[in-house]
Formats: sequence, structure tokens, C-alpha cells
Amino acid sequence: MASVNVIKPKARLSNSNILFLIAAVIFVLMYLFAIITFPNSFLQFQTFFDLFNLNAPLIIMTLGLCIVMIGGGIDISIGSVTGLVTMACAVFLESRMGSIGGAILVALGIGIAFGILQGYLIAYLEIQPFIITLSGLFLAQGLLTTLHKDPINVTMPAFVSLRDFDIVIAWLGTRNRLGVFIPCEIKPGTLIFIVLLIILASLMKWSRFGRNVYAVGGNTHSAMMLGINVKRTIFITYVISGLTAGIAGFVYIMTTGAGNVGNAAGAEMKAIASAIIGGTLLNGGVGNLLGAPIGTLTLLIINELIRAAGVQSNWQAMVSGLLLYFFIVLQSVIMSLRDRRKFSIALPPWLRLSGKEQLGGQREQ
Amino acid sequence: MLSETILEMKDISKSFPGVKALDCVDFKLRKGEIHALMGENGAGKSTLIKVITGVYEKDAGLITLQGEPIHFKAPQEAQNKGIGTVYQEIMLCPNLTVAENMFIGRSHSPFVNWKQMNEKAAQLLDSLGIPASPVQELASCSIAVQQMIAIARAVDMDCKILILDEPTSSLDEDEVHKLFALMRELKERGVGIIFITHFLEQVYEVSDMITVLRNGKLVGEYETTSLSQIELISKMLGNVLEDVTKLKKHEPIVSDTSIPVFEGKALSSSAGVRPFNFAIQKGEVNGFAGLLGSGRSESVRAIFAADKVTGGEVRMKGKRVKIKTPLHAIKHGIGYLPEDRKGDGIVEDLSVRDNIILTLQVLKGFFKPFSRKQAELFADEYIKKLNIKTPTSNTPIKSLSGGNQQKVILARWLLTNPEYLILDEPTRGIDVGTKVEIQKLVLNLASKGMSLTFISSEIEEMLRTCSRLIVMKDREIVGELRGTDLTENDVMNVIAQGGKNK
Repeated sequence: MASVNVIKPKARLSNSNILFLIAAVIFVLMYLFAIITFPNSFLQFQTFFDLFNLNAPLIIMTLGLCIVMIGGGIDISIGSVTGLVTMACAVFLESRMGSIGGAILVALGIGIAFGILQGYLIAYLEIQPFIITLSGLFLAQGLLTTLHKDPINVTMPAFVSLRDFDIVIAWLGTRNRLGVFIPCEIKPGTLIFIVLLIILASLMKWSRFGRNVYAVGGNTHSAMMLGINVKRTIFITYVISGLTAGIAGFVYIMTTGAGNVGNAAGAEMKAIASAIIGGTLLNGGVGNLLGAPIGTLTLLIINELIRAAGVQSNWQAMVSGLLLYFFIVLQSVIMSLRDRRKFSIALPPWLRLSGKEQLGGQREQ
Repeated sequence: MLSETILEMKDISKSFPGVKALDCVDFKLRKGEIHALMGENGAGKSTLIKVITGVYEKDAGLITLQGEPIHFKAPQEAQNKGIGTVYQEIMLCPNLTVAENMFIGRSHSPFVNWKQMNEKAAQLLDSLGIPASPVQELASCSIAVQQMIAIARAVDMDCKILILDEPTSSLDEDEVHKLFALMRELKERGVGIIFITHFLEQVYEVSDMITVLRNGKLVGEYETTSLSQIELISKMLGNVLEDVTKLKKHEPIVSDTSIPVFEGKALSSSAGVRPFNFAIQKGEVNGFAGLLGSGRSESVRAIFAADKVTGGEVRMKGKRVKIKTPLHAIKHGIGYLPEDRKGDGIVEDLSVRDNIILTLQVLKGFFKPFSRKQAELFADEYIKKLNIKTPTSNTPIKSLSGGNQQKVILARWLLTNPEYLILDEPTRGIDVGTKVEIQKLVLNLASKGMSLTFISSEIEEMLRTCSRLIVMKDREIVGELRGTDLTENDVMNVIAQGGKNK
């Protein structure tokens, strides 16, 4: 029917989109500021690409985490799982039967195993995700040190060539002080990140599963009443997050070429910060996967800026912390202004004391 | 002439431990009919609905849908058979778009075709006249529109029967009319609608038939046009005027010119009562009468600031005071025994003793705790005074019976020695003996100079204890009754006429 809908309600940006927009604007402003302050460094394309080249593992982790957070959960085990994967891959590659294909399988296997275990406990046994993934964090850490304590430098020739492999963009680059043209280089990890971003962002936008994740994060009880398999949906989000942690681990060792006890330590917190800066709400239902890399980059640029300014490194952590405060407050202010509600910091169900009662708070009459 | 029957329920019984929730109830729904299901609290409306939708399994009886016997084990099955339910609480996801909310959880394709979904949603919204765009976020729609979208979802699922469980309780008048227009439109299409509400006017505005339940039993099925409001009310409340020995009522000694203990002007709260004036004299017992949902609890909650107070002026003994939170109210000598004993009153795992001294402790300050001895003294005094049946004062309150729990909360308030005590349904769900005890206590306290407000769903209880009844209907005060020989009929008359001669 081509009848005209008479009432045209004001087109309103969804919360996901407005938070994404804010994140994007802040990122652009930050980058402009960086260019103005340190033109000879930030004006180089290579600096921009290096942000991805060096931090692809963190961005990949953040992608999976974002999906979990949109579903209303949290996964703080990802950093340790990533660390464990790097060490496992290193040990495997240095062993006699080491092969790159096998290492990839090891990485994916460990990630998925953690995802399945944690997803099952959280979704089907309904245990708080914070506790479960905290346990996962310790478990992965313990496994990592049990596996090998000392740093391993992977010397397998095939792997070394993979580690040193660069994709050279011949037409893009900068001239150095001597006037020699240096083309830009992209690491394979960056490509993996881009492919994953496209796949996962499409999944969240155009698949039934993706929309179910949004529904579950928005209102779990309603989602159930609407006929969504809530448990399975939550389960899959954790499997995805485990999978991305596994991939991140492989990309990590592909970048550094070494297994180390300290690999990716504390990365889960950086990933949570990135996700929040990128516009994913901690209380679920709101977020945009495209915001994940933007959030990570914003965090990184701030760190780069501070480093370039020659300030002590402890300032990096402090400024990151303050920035996070700022973002959470900003998000809450915007949300409360939009809904004309009283200002309140929204808390996810796993941080609320009586989350269960609030969900099932139907009054018997 | 009545049209074809789509749903028929015969001799439905359902028991819960200790309660017979439904006792041989018959119910019949016809095509294109709006059928109001009426009854007071605990009458069995919700249970009946839940038996239809498969949330509960019936113990006995037969349900037929278009002549075919049905037996649902889960709400999903009922939905598949064309029984849609829209609850008071909107079961949609606020962060998804309108179109998604209408179609999510229904498709089996792994992909979402946004274009097709939005087109279908636009068509449906358009045909039902719902003022929303498929692409807007649900949270940006008003509550009424969200309610309509929930209905549209149910309708699109090929529904033959639509159950609306108190859909209007959070809507304003304008929104209610929009909802009614939608209901009439569906009725034209032959959908049978079961409508539950506490607003009598709405029943008369929109329904064709009324079925009344009381205490789990069927009172009868009536055509709306042939049942007057007063008849409906008396059928809901029951006209059994037992010849109970009237307790001697205590008349306040003071005249109306003296300064009231509590006086509120244009009080209003976020719970949605219309601004009201209320005053109570020393030693007076008054009551708020009205059907469930008439705003009686909301009014006293506004006095105690249990809901967010949004306006009005309060004087205690002539002095203007600010009461914005329950703590202010307690400090000014007001006590409130809440309707929801489990949720607002008792602290389940604490002992009887700790529950008794709780409010007094709050007043004293948490850093100056009572000595164990002092607390025991208080507790023992009131356990004796109120005849609370508990093994020791150290027993957790959750192991006591409902009536004794209620007495513990009463003791808690009496210990603070309030000047004005509000009792909201203190007798609900407790045995008859305790009920009488509590009523006696109320009169006893009043004779000692305490002012009390006593609310009960059972009007006779209020008639026995209160010297003044404030009658409420649809969240507004519609009348005030005084005198010693009031009858239930007087109250019903005021409710039925109230709001009509505006």
C-alpha cells in the first residue's frame, strides 16, 4: 500500500548512533589536535597506520568485547586469554611439530574453549559474568605461567618471514629528511582487523543473531517474552568474544614474534575503556561496532600525545583514567537529557544489587 | 443477537497451596466483542488469564477455542494459536526500532531484511492508525504508542483473541482514547478482546460484556448496558452484610475548628493522584475507601512521602513543615504501615526484635545502637502488648505467620510513638482473629489521642473503625462520609455517582 503516513514523527537518532557520533567527533578533534601540536609526526600516514599495526590485537579484542557488552554482559578474561594464546602459539611453533596453520588452530581453539566454558556458565547456569570471567582471567593467567615462564622468541623461519611481512602501499608515503621516499606499510594484523570489523559489524546489523543481542541487552525479560532464545544469544556472545581473544593472541605474536608472560597483561581493561569511549554503554543494548576501533584509537592517540610531549609515562594512565570518567559522565548526561530523566549513572545488571527483582518485578494482583 | 463464540471456558478450577484461586468458573468470549473482566484484588482475574495463556495449568475444567479443546503448556503455544496478550508492563525492547519490536523473535531466517520489515511495519501501523514511524527507536515513542505497538505485534501474529491486562493504568486520558479507538477497530475486524482494568468509567465506555469474579468464583456475566455502575460495584465487593458485632466507634472529642494534627493542601505525588486536600484531627480515625486502583494507597503514600512528592503544602499542628522523604515524615511523628508487607515492611532475615526496633534505631542514629538489653526490653514489651506469637524475640521474622508479621510492623511504629499513624491494608491476608485484634487496637490507640488512617479493601472493616470515610474513584476524592451508622451502600453510592456530576 502506498498510502502516506500522515504523522511524521521527528526523526531521532538512536542512542547507539548518537554515542557513536560523539566518539567519532572526539576522535577527529583529538587527531586534529595531535596534528597541530606535533605536525611532523602525526601528519605522516605511517603514524596513522602504525596505530593499527601495533595495536591490532587490542582493537580485535575490543570488537568481541563490544558484542558481549551490547548483550548486557562483560568479559574481563580476554586480556589473559590473549596472553595465554601468544605463549601457547610460541611454545607450539618452537616445538618439533610446529606449523603456522597449527598455531592458528591452537589460537582459535583456546579462544573458543574459553568462550564456550564461560558462555555456558553465564548463560545457562546464570552466574554473574563478572565473577565467571574474573575466574577465567585467573585460569588463563595460571595456564600461561604453567606453560612456560621465560620469554620465548620464535625462530621458526616460516613464522619469522610472516612476522616481518609487510604490505607496502607504493603510492602513499612520506619523504624523510634526506628526501628519500618511504612508502607506507601495513601489517597483516591490520588487514585481519578490517576483515573482522566488516564481518562482525554486518553480523550485528543484518543478522537475526545481532539484533537479538541488542534486544537482550535492552531488556532481557522483554526479549524472552518476544520469543528470543535469550540463553543461546548470550552464550554465543561469549563464544565470539573468546574467539576474538584467540585471534587477537595470534595477531599479537605475529606482531611481536615472542611469547612472554607479560603479553597483553591488563589489555582487558584497555579494551573495556576503548569500548566505552567508542560509545558502547556499560548497561547493555546500546553500542556500535564501528565505535570499537574509534574508541581504541582515541585512547591510543592520547597516550601518543603524552609520550610525544615527553611527559612521564604515569601521566598516560592518569589521563586515560580521567578521560574515562569524562566519557561515562558525558554519556550519562546525554542519555538523561534525551529521555528527560533524572541524571543517573546507568549501571549494568551485574553491578546492581537486586538486578533479578527488577527484571521480574511484575506485580501480582 | 450474540455472535459466534470463539473461546469458551467451563468449570475452570485452579488451586494454589492453601488458596482456591478459581472455583468452577465459566467464561465465554465471542467474536468481535470487548469483554471486561472485573473483580477486586484476589478475585482470580489474573489467574484466569494465566490459565488461558498457558502460564498456569488448570486443575479441572475445559477450554475450547473455536470448538476445539485446547491445553496450553507455555505462553508461546497460546501465541501460536492466536491468543495475544499485552501486559500492563510493556514487554518490548526500548533500544530497538518500532519495526524490529514488531517482528523480532518471529522470523526463522538468519538475516534481517530491514527494507521489507520496515515496509510491512509501516503498512500495519498505517492500517491501525498508530502514530509511529517504523524506523524510530521505541524509547522515543510515548507509553501509549508503545502499548499500541505491542498490540499491533499481537494483531499481526494473526490473533483471534487479544488479552489486555490493565493496559490503561499508565496512560493519560488522551492516550486512553487513542487506545480505545484501536480496540474498536480490532473489534470491527472480529477480534475478541478481554479487557482488564480498575477504571469503571473505561469499562462502560468501551466494553460490550462484563464478567465479574469474586474470591475465585464467578458472580455472573452481564451485558454492559444492562448493568448499572452501582450493581457492578456491589457485585464486585459482595453484598454480604454480615451481622458482625459492631465495635464501639470512638468519636473525636475536638471540634472542627481546632488545629488538625496533620493538614495537607493540594498534595500530589509522582504516583499520579490528582492534587488533594486532607486533614486529620487528634484522636480521629479516618479511612480512604474506593476500589482497587482508585488511588487510596497512592494518597496516603503521598502523605508519608513514600512516592516522590511533586507538590502541595503540609502543616503539622498548624506549623508549616517540609516532608519530602519518609524520614522527614517519621521525624515529624507520622508512621506508615505499608500495603506491601513483604516488599516495604519486614526485613525477612532479621529477628523479630531487630524488626521491632528498626525505625526507632533509624531515628536515634545508626552510630548509637541500642544495647541488647534495651532492645530486648522494647521487644518483649510489645510482643506482650500486641500478643505477637513468636517463640522468642530472636526468631527471624520470616518464620512468623502473616498476621504476626503485621503485628511486628505495627509494634515498630508504636515504639516511635507517632502522632499520626497510617495503616494501609493492615488486615490483608491475615486470619480473622488477628483482623479483629488489629481493629480493636486502632480504636484503642485513637482513644489515647493518636490520629489514625485505616485503609482496608473490606469496607465493613472501615465502617466499623472509622468515623470519617474519604471516598476515592479514579485517583480523585469524590466524596466524604461522616457518621456512625454508615452502610456499605452509602459508600457504593458515592463511588458510583462520583465523577459523573462534574
